[in-house]
Amino acid sequence: MMKLLTSLFVGLTLMSAPVYAQNGPLRLELDEGIIEPLPFAVPDFVPDSPAAAQFAQDISRVVAADLTGTGLFREISSDAFISRVSSFEAPVQFADWKAINADALVTGAVNVSGQKLTVRFRVWDVFSGQELGNGLQLAGTTEGWRRMAHKVADQVYSRITGEGGYFDSRVAFVSESGPKDQRLKRLAIMDYDGANVQYMTDSAAIVLAPRFSPTGDRLLYTSYESGSPRIYVTEVGRPKPRELKTQDGTMSFSPRFSPDGRSIVYSLIQGGNTDLWKMDIASGQSTRLTNTPAIETAPSYSPDGSRIVFESDRSGTPQLYVMAANGGEATRISFGAGRYGTPVWSPRGDLIAFTKQNQGRFHIGVMRIDGSEERLLTASFLDEGPTWSPNGRVIMFTRETQGASGRASLYSVDISGRNLRPVRTPDGGSDPSWGPLQN
Amino acid sequence: MNVLSKVLALGALSVIAACTNNDPSALGGGGGNGGIGSIVPGSPSDPRSPAYFQQTVGDRVLFAVDQSTLSPEAQTVLQGQADWLLANPDFVATIEGHADEQGTREYNLALGARRANAAREYLISRGVAGSRLNTVSYGKERPIEICSTEECYSKNRRAVTVLTGSTLG
Repeated sequence: MMKLLTSLFVGLTLMSAPVYAQNGPLRLELDEGIIEPLPFAVPDFVPDSPAAAQFAQDISRVVAADLTGTGLFREISSDAFISRVSSFEAPVQFADWKAINADALVTGAVNVSGQKLTVRFRVWDVFSGQELGNGLQLAGTTEGWRRMAHKVADQVYSRITGEGGYFDSRVAFVSESGPKDQRLKRLAIMDYDGANVQYMTDSAAIVLAPRFSPTGDRLLYTSYESGSPRIYVTEVGRPKPRELKTQDGTMSFSPRFSPDGRSIVYSLIQGGNTDLWKMDIASGQSTRLTNTPAIETAPSYSPDGSRIVFESDRSGTPQLYVMAANGGEATRISFGAGRYGTPVWSPRGDLIAFTKQNQGRFHIGVMRIDGSEERLLTASFLDEGPTWSPNGRVIMFTRETQGASGRASLYSVDISGRNLRPVRTPDGGSDPSWGPLQN
Repeated sequence: MNVLSKVLALGALSVIAACTNNDPSALGGGGGNGGIGSIVPGSPSDPRSPAYFQQTVGDRVLFAVDQSTLSPEAQTVLQGQADWLLANPDFVATIEGHADEQGTREYNLALGARRANAAREYLISRGVAGSRLNTVSYGKERPIEICSTEECYSKNRRAVTVLTGSTLG
């Protein structure tokens, strides 16, 4: 469906180019750096029946929250509205929306029939008085109303920015409770905005660092349920964890899927030394990728699967390296002051996010894949473990506060370094893994 | 280097502190009634007991920041552990490697494994059979001290030899 929509949109942009010749269509160019958020209005969607009223209101609110949460858009309060939208089909009174300086307007209607929920919406360029893209109808269930709202917001985002959205996505993470020296950890999964948290394990064993499969159907994670760290894989829909066995007497951790989802790259500890290995999931066959006395860990594939970025202390301190996916010689890419870890290749392939530790502070940063143009996005007592939004525009990570009452929680930040925000979870949270856009 | 030697000195002090500062619930009860020279089996005064190993021999060694090399003080403690394990051949042990909270989760897991292994290798070099010694790394997942200063960090950077039972069951 997404593909069809994208092509529809591209077609429309081309066709409408002459119409917008003076100023061009409403468009946020994200690469040019957004200083001033784009003002938009989302009047409550119009319910087709009383049964749809609450859904209509709730969906509008989630759409607005998604857009506002990017830091790229600013919602105009309904208190300022001159027009009321009481019918989805009625002509939009553009002058009324211009008067309150709304650049974009999202209108919609909601129909409920039994468990079935239908949402129709349109995105308007208020200045030109034109529709941006085509009106669209989405069908789902009442239970899945939040996902419908996220899909609408994804459409609005991508029609205005020209880039893919990220709202209809899920995040796997570790839910944390209890004091630092008796911390209880549970594997959990939630919507990207912290809603709909589901727990996948109990807190009997330490669990670490879940990682989504490329299609979002499976999770890798590390658990101490056997007494030492080992890698498990489970389906997201039907949690039934299975150990991905390594040799006897070894520990394994820090797994990540290959882009085709058929193999994993991971760290294996043997005789106190940590190297990188690769395992074919179906056969369980492992092959060694590095063979040094140094620590090699936190591997991450390039999106095309040809290369792996990882962390090694072979130079004396932890630094970032890139090597071919089959192993072999590695090229160091981090050269700034401090220690680098947990590199993650962006879904667009152009950047690597990392954790940096320097002079007693931790940072989340990004650099190009050759190590150039390093930029630090955050600074705190302890920030670590970045994960990319599906469109490569936002990074989620773990922030832990210091001291005896220190607590871990999830944050997100735009790759411009703006819009640092906490991601609300019921308890503490760590080790986020941002899954793909859902179908 | 100055900083490092200070850290090492601090580490040595903490080894001693750790030996006298254990959880009372682990003492195994027992106290009080025994006269001089009487030994309550299983109590810290019983040289064959795990409690004695933990408190008198010393069950842990500490490390400098990022390091897994054994200080002279750590080697002394491990020599005591080796002697005890050789004298009590029924016991097996798991050596737990730990790190402080500075550093990423992944790096600290690997570092904890290095530390556990350094202790294991030392015990093996002193004659303890490798088959009696398992290792596990907890990275920064299980600190014993929870402040965020070097005073706590120095105690968290540790390898702890935990007696996991007797080979005879």
